Amino acid sequence: MIAAILVMALGAVILGAALGFAAVKFRVEGDPLVEKIDAILPQTQCGQCSYPGCKPYAQAIAKGEADINQCPPGGEEGIRKLADLLGREVKELSAEHGIEKPKSVAFIDEQVCIGCTLCIQACPVDAIVGAAKQMHTIVADQCTGCELCVPPCPVNCISMEPLAEDVESWKWKYPVFTLTPASKASA
Amino acid sequence: MEVSGIHAHPGQQGICMKTLRRLFDFHGGIKPDYRKESSTGDPITVVSASTSLVIPLHQSIGGPPRPIVCAGDRVLKGQRIGDADGNVSSAVHASTSGTVTAVEMRLMPHTSGLSALCVIIEPDGRDEWMPLQPFDFRAATPTQTRDYLRDAGVVGLGGAVFPSHLKLSPGKQGKLDTLVINGAECEPFITCDDVLMRERAEGIIKGTALMREMLAAATALIGIEDNKPEAIAAMNQALQQSGIAHIEVVVVPTRYPAGGAKQLIRVLTGIEVPHGKRSTDYGVQCFNVGTAYAIHEAIDLGKPLISRIVTVAGNVGQARNFEVPFGMSMQNLADRCNPRPDTDRLIMGGPMMGVLMPAADVPVVKATNCVLVGSPKLFPPPPPEMPCIRCGECAKVCPADLQPFELYWFSRAKIFGKAQEYNLFDCIECGCCAYVCPSHIPLVDYYRFAKSEIWAREKEKTSADEARERYEFRLLREEREKQEKAAKLAAKTAAGREKAAAAIADAEKPAETPEQAAKKALISAALERARAEKASVVPENTGNLTSAQQAEISAIEARRAEIREMAKPHLPPDD
Repeated sequence: MIAAILVMALGAVILGAALGFAAVKFRVEGDPLVEKIDAILPQTQCGQCSYPGCKPYAQAIAKGEADINQCPPGGEEGIRKLADLLGREVKELSAEHGIEKPKSVAFIDEQVCIGCTLCIQACPVDAIVGAAKQMHTIVADQCTGCELCVPPCPVNCISMEPLAEDVESWKWKYPVFTLTPASKASA
Repeated sequence: MEVSGIHAHPGQQGICMKTLRRLFDFHGGIKPDYRKESSTGDPITVVSASTSLVIPLHQSIGGPPRPIVCAGDRVLKGQRIGDADGNVSSAVHASTSGTVTAVEMRLMPHTSGLSALCVIIEPDGRDEWMPLQPFDFRAATPTQTRDYLRDAGVVGLGGAVFPSHLKLSPGKQGKLDTLVINGAECEPFITCDDVLMRERAEGIIKGTALMREMLAAATALIGIEDNKPEAIAAMNQALQQSGIAHIEVVVVPTRYPAGGAKQLIRVLTGIEVPHGKRSTDYGVQCFNVGTAYAIHEAIDLGKPLISRIVTVAGNVGQARNFEVPFGMSMQNLADRCNPRPDTDRLIMGGPMMGVLMPAADVPVVKATNCVLVGSPKLFPPPPPEMPCIRCGECAKVCPADLQPFELYWFSRAKIFGKAQEYNLFDCIECGCCAYVCPSHIPLVDYYRFAKSEIWAREKEKTSADEARERYEFRLLREEREKQEKAAKLAAKTAAGREKAAAAIADAEKPAETPEQAAKKALISAALERARAEKASVVPENTGNLTSAQQAEISAIEARRAEIREMAKPHLPPDD
């Protein structure tokens, strides 16, 4: 009887030690779920979700503090991907956080810009170049379209320009068979 | 499976020795109605620019070239008008002499119907070449040669318009086993390579020899489908006359798409290039015959790529081949072949892989191998798409060994990850699957849709990753700046404290000298005097006032107070 208890206890100790060792040895750095959620988010860093960036929002989702429908730039597709990842229901985009817009980039009217650097300080991805009392301009390739530079501008010289489709970015459309009215077909 | 082909190489005394060469077979393929005879009757007609040319700057894979001319400039034939943007790009040249009238957005020969930057040249009719200088590539380093070809605008003329200079390095081993020259030209209607081989075989052989040397390839095989006996004869004759060794003309069986690069490599060498690998990893590189000719012209004659052979066929009275300067309108070209009245569209390329042009007046570009004139009778609208019955016919004919029906399901359902797992990007869009589909499903349209969606997503993903990196770096920098500021402030505070301590130490020093005391007494006496004087002065006009004057003054004061009260919201606060 005692022997049996000892054997079981010994087994428990050995397995416990092995588990403890594995927990230390194979420790996962950071939270892989946060990384996965962050990879889905569009990285505009616009703060429309009411968190100060995409990563904080990802952390909030992972903790269950935030819902998955607070990211307007990610849009419907982003919500669907998050729902897939987290095994939740797909929801409508929450209206209080904004609406899904076509991707645009900021544009500075250089005639009006006074070189105050306020927009440079607001840009979360350093996509505006310029210096005090020098004209500023947007590096369009790096602009995420977050609109954070628009409100600080004292002379309202920043506007959001929707990205036009060009030959490079054009996409083949989903094949649709066009239906012809019966009357025309029989004629 | 193995088929035997006839190959010929020049004998010692100009006698053709015919031996059997082992050829291989590629999977699938179809035998469509070729209809090539109609356009090979006449020799190549060289067309000179008569009306204004619209030369798009972006004519190859890679970055769009930067324009280096502006409106009003006079350009010579062959003068560079667009500089390659980086290494994965190719220069663009004026195809005739004349005046640049504009650099502006014009409709591109692209299905989208969108515009891009073009250089418009009004020809002066003189067709005056710039001074031509052959390039001695043996005296140049391989990098110099590649830069030269990039600046000469040489790109793959088989249809993919991939910059040729990027393909002209011999890969990891430093040498190649086989250089494959593609003269198969398997698509119906198109005969531009056929007539080029018939009429300009010598140039092609010279270009092939140049490329073989650059790539350090052991042999060069020129693959031609057996439905072009005239071209085969001309090429063999030119090869014999040139006396160049290590080049062979190999006749391959006619089957669509034997002219696909991977398919021709398979037929000629037996090598099947696996998914995600380059053919150079297996010692093989493939070029089109037109490209070989362009390389000969660029290196031996110093001529940049400014024209190409274009087949005009389809719904026309007389189908023909033209040598066309880039920038000429397709409409202009089609009109030279008497298009029939029911013509309703122009297609760039052949009936299998060609793309519909948004309008007839789009320019001929480096990718234009054929202008196919269409009509509802020649290309009737496809019958309605029916459900897939999983017959598997498409998989039987797929030359890339894919499972088209699976790709179709995933593309249709927008499950792009799965489509990629089934090697969607190995699809060469040859159209064999759609050709045999009994349900008339436009399969290639689905693949094109899926491919461009995947590309767009990948682009988005890359820019999101970049944005994340930049955002994180910014946070890091802000944190660092904060720390630096704090350190600076701490240093300043420490300095201030030191100063205060020094001041206290100063105060504790012995009292002032008698001189300083005297100065201080003088200053205070002067201040006292000034104060007394100020107090004694009284405004003269306000003394001895009558009661009426006093009343008037107080009335004025009251009005002032009232006005100040009214103006308060509009005035800055009084200090």
